[in-house]
Amino acid sequence: MGIRVSHLTKHFGSFLAVDDVSLEIPSGDLVAFLGPSGGGKSTILRIIAGLETADSGSVFFDEENADHLHARARGVGFVFQHYALFRHMTVMQNIAFGLRVRGANHTQQTARVQELLALMGLRGLEERYPSQLSGGQRQRVALARALAPEPKVLLLDEPFGAVDAKVREDLRHWLRRLHDEVHLTSIFVTHDQEEAFSVADRVIIINKGRVEQAGSPEEILDQPTTEFVARFIGEANVYQATVQNGIAHVGALPVSAPGITDGTQATLVIRLYDLKFWRDDNGMATVVRTMTLGDRIKVEATIDGAGTIFSQFPRRSSLLKGIEPGVRIHIEVTMARAYPSG
Amino acid sequence: MKGTSVAVRPGRGGLAVRFLFILYIALLIVIPLLALISCGLRGGILQVWAAITAPVALQALTLTLWSAGAISLINAIMGTATAWVLVRYRFPGRSLLSALVDLPFAIPTLVTGIMLVILLGPQSLTGQWLAGQGITVTFAPPSILLALLFISFPFVVRAVEPVLLEQDPGEEEAARTLGAGSLATFLWVLLPPLAPAILSGTIQSFARALGEFGSIVIVSGNIPYRTLTAPVYLFGEVESGRSDIAAAVSIVLLVIALGLNLAARGIRQTKHA
Amino acid sequence: MRNYSTIRTFTVGQWLLLALVLFYVGALLVLPVVALVVRALAGGIQPLLDTFHNVNALHGLQLSISLAVIALVANGILGVGGALVLVRHRFFGRRFLDALIDLPFAVSPVMTGLAFLLLFGRDGWFEPLLGEWKVTFAFPGLVIATLFVTFPFTLREVGYVLEELGTLEEEAAVTLGASPFRVFWLVTLPNIRYGLGYGIILTVARALGEFGAVLVLGGAISGKTATTTTFIYNAIEERQEAAAFSMALVLAVASILLLAGLEWLKYQRSKEL
Repeated sequence: MGIRVSHLTKHFGSFLAVDDVSLEIPSGDLVAFLGPSGGGKSTILRIIAGLETADSGSVFFDEENADHLHARARGVGFVFQHYALFRHMTVMQNIAFGLRVRGANHTQQTARVQELLALMGLRGLEERYPSQLSGGQRQRVALARALAPEPKVLLLDEPFGAVDAKVREDLRHWLRRLHDEVHLTSIFVTHDQEEAFSVADRVIIINKGRVEQAGSPEEILDQPTTEFVARFIGEANVYQATVQNGIAHVGALPVSAPGITDGTQATLVIRLYDLKFWRDDNGMATVVRTMTLGDRIKVEATIDGAGTIFSQFPRRSSLLKGIEPGVRIHIEVTMARAYPSG
Repeated sequence: MKGTSVAVRPGRGGLAVRFLFILYIALLIVIPLLALISCGLRGGILQVWAAITAPVALQALTLTLWSAGAISLINAIMGTATAWVLVRYRFPGRSLLSALVDLPFAIPTLVTGIMLVILLGPQSLTGQWLAGQGITVTFAPPSILLALLFISFPFVVRAVEPVLLEQDPGEEEAARTLGAGSLATFLWVLLPPLAPAILSGTIQSFARALGEFGSIVIVSGNIPYRTLTAPVYLFGEVESGRSDIAAAVSIVLLVIALGLNLAARGIRQTKHA
Repeated sequence: MRNYSTIRTFTVGQWLLLALVLFYVGALLVLPVVALVVRALAGGIQPLLDTFHNVNALHGLQLSISLAVIALVANGILGVGGALVLVRHRFFGRRFLDALIDLPFAVSPVMTGLAFLLLFGRDGWFEPLLGEWKVTFAFPGLVIATLFVTFPFTLREVGYVLEELGTLEEEAAVTLGASPFRVFWLVTLPNIRYGLGYGIILTVARALGEFGAVLVLGGAISGKTATTTTFIYNAIEERQEAAAFSMALVLAVASILLLAGLEWLKYQRSKEL
């Protein structure tokens, strides 16, 4: 089922949580809402589920207006941030809940629960209570519970936020595989970029209640349309500089800034991996220190007449030859984004 | 912030405090109750049986038990409703309501009795109006129920409130997204986690009602076979110098109260398991 | 975990529930208090003033206040000490001791009076030890009865806070070189002050309001062992309604003030959390 959201606005008291948001999610897509905490992602998700009411705007399921529908009638599967499992029910009872309230008989309930237990790798845990499960198991129970009544849409609010790093990694792959098997229209909210890019078909960046950019992971990474996205995605060096003849001068470092009017200020965003340098006694910068980050090396340098610049290379990169604190280097920017300073 | 452990190794001073504390409990609580029990059992178990099956005593015990049961049931419902309203609703006067819940713990029970007599007694306007309808409240069983409802009101509210505050709103929302209506959500999702607290509060109010004396001695008229409750009966026996009979009947009440107290403790301690 | 989003705009069903709870609390708890105030002041302020010139009433009031002060000092100190022992120490029989603490709540006041009567009265266990010293129907009896019924309050309230608190801050103080006495005075005591405050208020309220136990053990002898409550009881028996209602009003006002103090403490605490 496709989802369309049109001109949603929501205030909490005087705080504007969702600011005129419109977006469309085609049937069968797996979409991530990505953005900083408090940016309105969860609120949009909760409005779609019918758990919050928008001040204005509408939600459509397959072009059918769902605004008047109560949460229980929307046919939405919702996975909550902290699982929200029923603590007094067993795994079995938790998963069967949605079927039970719909009046399914015992045989139907058992059959569907068994099917989901197998799908989720939860066999043998039927009689456990949520408090007797690990974080990853609870998350899978929460998913199974949401899937049991065969929802037309699956909504996941920070689904992996509460489990540790290793389990989170497993669950991500697992969610992707699940989606490839079931092809259920799914939206998940996350503030973790890696999670959004590795799992979703499409990523929607949301900040301060607005949609900043929507697109495939590649589009978002390579063609950020706003300064916020460029700064938010990946680590980057950010500078302010005046543009002359299409070139901005960051101290002694020239950076091309196409599309910016000559004589105006621009904000330049340079990704850590979008620059090269080599040892050059007549260069424009001095290396301050190098940091080992596992399989990568991060280098900090000072540009003459400007501030600090960071860059990052694979650990055994040939570019790192002779780079050590105190040496002079030449820097070349392979790609930069320039935005008019507002 | 919580320490890793609450327990400490006591020093010499700590051991002295512990010794004093145990001594105090022994003298103040244990020995007096042992005296009561030993006096009650002096004539053997048969005398206890004879004491409680004496018609007046039996009637008093029965009245006490059923009235305590009836008001506990009302408390379970109204106490839960009050806790619910206090935790979930926001309305002007909410903090006043919250303060009023504790009123019965502050007001002396004797004063409670006097207040009810003033409000509903034969001399009052309400009392005359009720009499006109053919209803007598004071010096009749309804007054016992009212007095007990007053003095035991806070137990269920105060037991349920913290559990409601702790409940994860996600569980309720999850039930809704899974298709449950308001009634199903209440019965299957919200109520079960509250049940131990409601039960423990109800048991406490039952136990408290069993022993109530001050308000009842004022409102009920203490008419044997009609409005005489067990504590008032005990008082009469003590006043008439029949302490041994009073002690024998006391044993029954003591056993019931202790059993209920232990049950309520057990429920409170296992509810988080 | 998120807190419940509270309900500010109500559906019809929610209105009905709120109205039911407000009506119930209003009718059961508030109306009787109003009735007492109206009735006690029906003849103007004069009956109230007369009561303050009644020697027996004044003596009862003094007696009640002395008993409350003794109870708050003794059970305040032993309550804090006892709570520290019960929460912090680990020793054989600790859980049994913990279960004993609540006994005064479970025992009817009449049975409390009877138990001490059996200890100190004629042919009582301790009678031979007393010699000329009189406990029953005398001041010491009133003190013992009051200590018994108010014992659990401070201990329980302080105990809850201590369990929450853990020992981290105290360990920090010890590593900074503080002596056990200074640790208690500078770290523990300030941290438990609200629990101690609640406990003391409940202790005073209960001491002022205790009726059954002091009636049985003290005998309510006018001008001698009649406390405020037993004075009121005597006045009712003797059909001196003006005196009874006036003193009942005094007690009700005192307990409402104590309740206000309790709510103020809760408010202060909630501001700090």
